[in-house]
Amino acid sequence: MDIVVENLVKSYGLQRAVDHISFRVRTGEVLGFLGPNGAGKTTTMKAITTFLVPDSGNIHVGNYSIHEDPEKLKKNIGYLPENNPLYEDMPVIDYLKFVANLHGIPKQEINGSLLNVIDLCGLEAEKHKKISELSKGYKQRVGLAQALIHKPEVLILDEPTTGLDPNQIMEIRELIKKIGKEKTVILSSHILAEVEATCDRILIINKGKIVADGTTQDLRNQASGKNILKARILGGNLDSIFAALQKIDGVKVVDFINKDQNRFYLDGDQSKNLAEGVFNACVKNGWILTELIPVETKLEDIFKELTMESPVKN
Amino acid sequence: MKQIWIITKRELQAYFDSLMAYILLILFLGFSGFFTWIYGNDIFFIKQATLMPFFNIAYWTLFFFIPALTMRLLSEENRMGTIELLLTKPVSNWQVLMGKYVASLLLIAIALILTFSYPISVSTMGNLDGGEVFSGYLALLLFSSMMIGIGLFTSSIGNNQIVSYLLALFLGIFFQIIFGMLGQSLPGIPGHVLDYLSTSTHFESMTRGVLDTRDILFFAGISFLMLVFSESMLIRKRFA
Repeated sequence: MDIVVENLVKSYGLQRAVDHISFRVRTGEVLGFLGPNGAGKTTTMKAITTFLVPDSGNIHVGNYSIHEDPEKLKKNIGYLPENNPLYEDMPVIDYLKFVANLHGIPKQEINGSLLNVIDLCGLEAEKHKKISELSKGYKQRVGLAQALIHKPEVLILDEPTTGLDPNQIMEIRELIKKIGKEKTVILSSHILAEVEATCDRILIINKGKIVADGTTQDLRNQASGKNILKARILGGNLDSIFAALQKIDGVKVVDFINKDQNRFYLDGDQSKNLAEGVFNACVKNGWILTELIPVETKLEDIFKELTMESPVKN
Repeated sequence: MKQIWIITKRELQAYFDSLMAYILLILFLGFSGFFTWIYGNDIFFIKQATLMPFFNIAYWTLFFFIPALTMRLLSEENRMGTIELLLTKPVSNWQVLMGKYVASLLLIAIALILTFSYPISVSTMGNLDGGEVFSGYLALLLFSSMMIGIGLFTSSIGNNQIVSYLLALFLGIFFQIIFGMLGQSLPGIPGHVLDYLSTSTHFESMTRGVLDTRDILFFAGISFLMLVFSESMLIRKRFA
């Protein structure tokens, strides 16, 4: 089921949390929602799950609109809200059974679904404990289990890995990837590495507006538009090496990183292969190329660039 | 209908798991039993085969107990954020409210059923009017329904249980005492309207064995109105 968000607007008082956001998530896609605190991630997710009614705009999940068929839409969504609220006074298994009943899972299938999610989320040893007795990581698993129990077509996860230890994070990421192959998944996170590891596509929003949309690779290209190399060349005069590097086709900027160690910094056109030029220059002049390192723009830098307080570059 | 029952079952389980239900049942039976049989204007004192003392004491006991029962219903969901979990499941606002309302009403019904030994004992001692007993119990149940409605509404307003409890008493006291007093001192139509809004008018006539649709409509109407108010609070949150 596709999720289509059209011109979503939501204000809290005078503050506009979400400002004319539109995007589409296709079946089999895992979309990562990135943005600083208060960017509007949670608000958008709450609007998709029908919990918040937007000021204007529409959201379709499959053929169901949040305005016209909220009940049918909700049947197809598995939702893990921010802060993972749970009925703390209930035992895990009773709670999951309650959720299964609300979703109208037929009686004969309930036990199967329960066993399935308990197994999937690793809750076997904890299933008879009261939720309030569980550690944060296990609570998070219960939150995931309740979102998955009815095998929803669409999964909305608001910071699914907070409070988990590194092993659990890996497990949950694997799980999300597996689910994401057939279902539509939206997840939000502060952790860039996580989004990079799990998501097919990234949406960065800032101050209620989408500032970037694409795969990690797209974003890298879009944000930097640069092709950066670090090189260390020995066996020649510093100035002549510098001059030779400047002559390479496509090079825009050459700089020293460290004069004493013969380290250079090259910045050039994306379409050109700078490494080849550097290599050829060395061969021609008999220099020794000891290091040649392509510098990738990190997702962190892109994120910072797009969401800094200064005017947003788009 | 099925969704309502699922929520009702969970709420009932929460009542019994948290011991709230047992405390309520014990206190209610103890309180009403003590004043019906042992102390004050009790049955032996008035020397008549009537349950009037019980109905009167239960009327006030329920007035104070029901808000304690309902104060948790929505304020706790608001505080913990579980309301979001619940409302993003395939249930409507009404089903959530009705589920909670029915759970509380069932618990009160259990408490009232446990007092059936009273009319049985009294009937062995004298000539008890069955109709009066029936309409008296019905009055208690209807009054409880109204108090549950008020409690549910005050619980939907914020996320603090104590505030919800006190607010329910505050609203309740208007129906219980203030409207009646004003109704008697004001002349003309305003006086009649206020008099109609006073619970004691309806309650007393019902416990005397008079079954009047106006009385039943009053309790049902206030209950319904309070549920409507609660729903508007739930909706308001989603537009916040």
